[in-house]
Amino acid sequence: MKQIVANMAGTVIDVLVNEGDEVQGGADVVMLESMKMEVPVAAEVSGKVTAIKVNVGDFVNEGDVLIELEG
Amino acid sequence: MKTVLIANRGEIARRIIRTCKAKGIRTIAVHSEADASMPFVREADAAVVIGPPPVAKSYLNMEAILQAAKEQGADAIHPGYGLLSENGSFARRCAEEGIVFIGPHPEVMEDMGDKIRARARMIEAGVPVVPGYNGSIADAEEACHIAAGIGYPVMLKASAGGGGIGMQVCENEEEVRKAFQSAKGRAKAYFGNDDMFIEKYIEEPHHIEVQIAGDKHGQIIHLFERECSIQRRHQKVIEESPSPFLDNATREAICQTAVQAAQAVGYTGVGTVEFIMNGEKEFFFLEMNTRLQVEHPVTEAVTGFDLVEMQLAIAEEKALTFSQEEVMQRGHAIELRIYAEDPVTFMPSPGTISRYEQPEGKGIRVDDAVESGSTITPFYDPMIGKLIVSGSTRTEAITRAEEALTQYVIEGIKTNLPMLGDVLHNETFAAGIYTTQFVQQMKRATNK
Repeated sequence: MKQIVANMAGTVIDVLVNEGDEVQGGADVVMLESMKMEVPVAAEVSGKVTAIKVNVGDFVNEGDVLIELEG
Repeated sequence: MKTVLIANRGEIARRIIRTCKAKGIRTIAVHSEADASMPFVREADAAVVIGPPPVAKSYLNMEAILQAAKEQGADAIHPGYGLLSENGSFARRCAEEGIVFIGPHPEVMEDMGDKIRARARMIEAGVPVVPGYNGSIADAEEACHIAAGIGYPVMLKASAGGGGIGMQVCENEEEVRKAFQSAKGRAKAYFGNDDMFIEKYIEEPHHIEVQIAGDKHGQIIHLFERECSIQRRHQKVIEESPSPFLDNATREAICQTAVQAAQAVGYTGVGTVEFIMNGEKEFFFLEMNTRLQVEHPVTEAVTGFDLVEMQLAIAEEKALTFSQEEVMQRGHAIELRIYAEDPVTFMPSPGTISRYEQPEGKGIRVDDAVESGSTITPFYDPMIGKLIVSGSTRTEAITRAEEALTQYVIEGIKTNLPMLGDVLHNETFAAGIYTTQFVQQMKRATNK
């Protein structure tokens, strides 16, 4: 199981994947907003989305788990 | 006007407090829990906490702000820029509570805040607008059809947009299809309005804006132009006045057109008419900002007027005390915005400033939000301050700005100070012949 974590503190403004989706390494999976800037969070590796740990509107800190992958 | 509540934060709140103090006006700061220890809160005569850190729960919480204003006996509310500054509903609520909103009529704000409506008003007034489609576009299919009619490249824009969000340059049909839905979604998420429209993308674009002021007795004047073409992510980084790109005839034409635009909507208060200009010096109306601008200090530096003082006077229904002929541009001024961000990637850099020292000297003004120990949170804009430098000539202003940048000490977070230095040292910038693509071109040249 691999975890995709927030690269900085911010608010989740979009979750770009669904549970069960196959994602490619490098693809954006979550969009955060920090300091009025959109900050994409990408999957570092390819895999299948097994859990989405955040909802749109949630505030996350750097390092918080956003998505879990099985690959 | 004895007491003014400032419905804003950071550097602009401090800026407004400064003029109010000079005029003997009591100031009330409202602030979120995250901003409790920021300098603007301390510098106001009184402070009221209005909610938790997210702007939706604090600085955009109209009723909490109005409650604070009533409790503190505020005669007027100054909205600063951003946040509620162009919100017609808030201006109406102020009026209902018998509080003066320092800004234009709500109807004017709403007409100018909706870019599709603003374009229509300007076309009626005979003001040149960017060639494009004057209406809201339903879907990607219609967007492609319209874009083909306008001719590529085109700019896809959110009608309620601002700060570069919901804007996308598209070179072909495939890019329009790809961009339309995501830009529409972003516009909905950010502005609560997903109306989209399309304009022709202007090649070699210059962003040039004109400061205007209108009193409640029918007089509207301009205070000349600002060149705002140094941008990253469609947001301004460096502004200057006069624009090095304009000749006197074009300057006169663009300033008169700005007055014409303001007259067409019966504008009162200070405001800015933004234009885009191509390499042939043809200019087109972009939008009107019905508030004080971040970059207002460069206009203050070259004209000698205090624009906040002017706002207060207009709100008190006083007539402008000068004529157009008495407004002069003297010398040259440059503003550099200091952002808490990575100077290369432009990614935000929240954190705590462990050490902060600002430049001082002849021709230097600093409008800032922070001090040593201030925490820059992810909730707000990354701008932590502005360096405004004046000189008798553009060359002198640039030299002073270069020197001033070396005096800055900001530790604990990343800032764009190195990037600002790169711009000032750049030959193209020194020649004054740059466009809005300058920063991208500079980055590409650096990466070679």
